[in-house]
Amino acid sequence: MDFTHVDGDSHIAVTLFSLSTCGHCRRTKTFLEEKGIAYDYIDVDCLSGGETFTGGVYDLVKSYNPQGSFPTIVIGGEKTGDRW
Amino acid sequence: MITRFDIERKYLEIKQQAEPSGYHLNPDEDFAKELVHGILINEERYGFATCPCRLSVGPREDNIDIICPCDYRDQDIIDYGVCYCALYVSTGVAAGTTPVSCIPDRRPPLGELVSKETDNAKPSVLPEKQGLPFPVYRCRVCGYLCARTSPPRRPVRYAVPHRIGLRSILNKPVHILRHGRRWTFSKLCS
Repeated sequence: MDFTHVDGDSHIAVTLFSLSTCGHCRRTKTFLEEKGIAYDYIDVDCLSGGETFTGGVYDLVKSYNPQGSFPTIVIGGEKTGDRW
Repeated sequence: MITRFDIERKYLEIKQQAEPSGYHLNPDEDFAKELVHGILINEERYGFATCPCRLSVGPREDNIDIICPCDYRDQDIIDYGVCYCALYVSTGVAAGTTPVSCIPDRRPPLGELVSKETDNAKPSVLPEKQGLPFPVYRCRVCGYLCARTSPPRRPVRYAVPHRIGLRSILNKPVHILRHGRRWTFSKLCS
C-alpha cells in the first residue's frame, strides 16, 4: 500500500483516502496544504481493482468509515468520514 | 489526454441539457469544471462516465447507477439541495438562498449492493415524500422521467422527444417514455 507523503506540521498523524477525480478530495488536500499539515494520502481509484480489494485498501477505508465514501480522513486514532 | 477545451465542451453540454430540464449546475463554475474533469477521466479510464466522487469497480452494469447523472441525484437534490458530488444543485442552492449541509452517500458500500432485479422496481422519487400522485421513475439509460404507479415493463407506442424535467412532470401526472428497445429504471430509495 503506497501512500504519498506531503510535508508539513506532523505533530498529529493525518491519513487521507481519496479519489483522484473527486473535487472534494482535491479541496481536502488543498486545505491541508494551506494549513501546513503533514499528511499521507492514497488515491484509491488509481490502484488496480485487485489492489483495491485484495490489498485490503477498501476494507481499511470501511474500517474507519463504514460507508466507504471519499474523502475519508483519519486523524491520529480518530475515525472521520463525513464530507463538508 | 483531456484538454481544457474538452472540459469546457463537456461542461457546456451538461449545462445545456440540465437547464431546460429544471436542473442547475453548481454556481461555483471552477468547482463544477473540476467535477466535469473527473467525469471525463472516468469516461476515458472505464469507458463510462461515472460519478467523480464514487469508486467505480467492475463492468458498466455494476456501475450503471452511478453513471452521471446518477440514480440518486433527484432525491439528493430534494433532500439536500445538491447531488452527492455537488455538480447538480437545487434552485435555492444555485441562487445562494439555501445553505448546503453534509450529504451522505445513498449508494450502499461496494459489496453490499442489492440485485439489479430489485433495483428496477424502485422509483427515484417517492410520492408520499413529495405529495405527488405517482412515484417518479427515471430511465437510467437516458435520464427520461415518468410518473406512474409502476415502471413500464416493455416498450410502448410513443416516445417523448426531449428530456423532461421534474418540474414539468409535476404538471403532467403520467408520461410514457421509451428508450430504444429496453426500459431500465433507477433505484434511489431503499
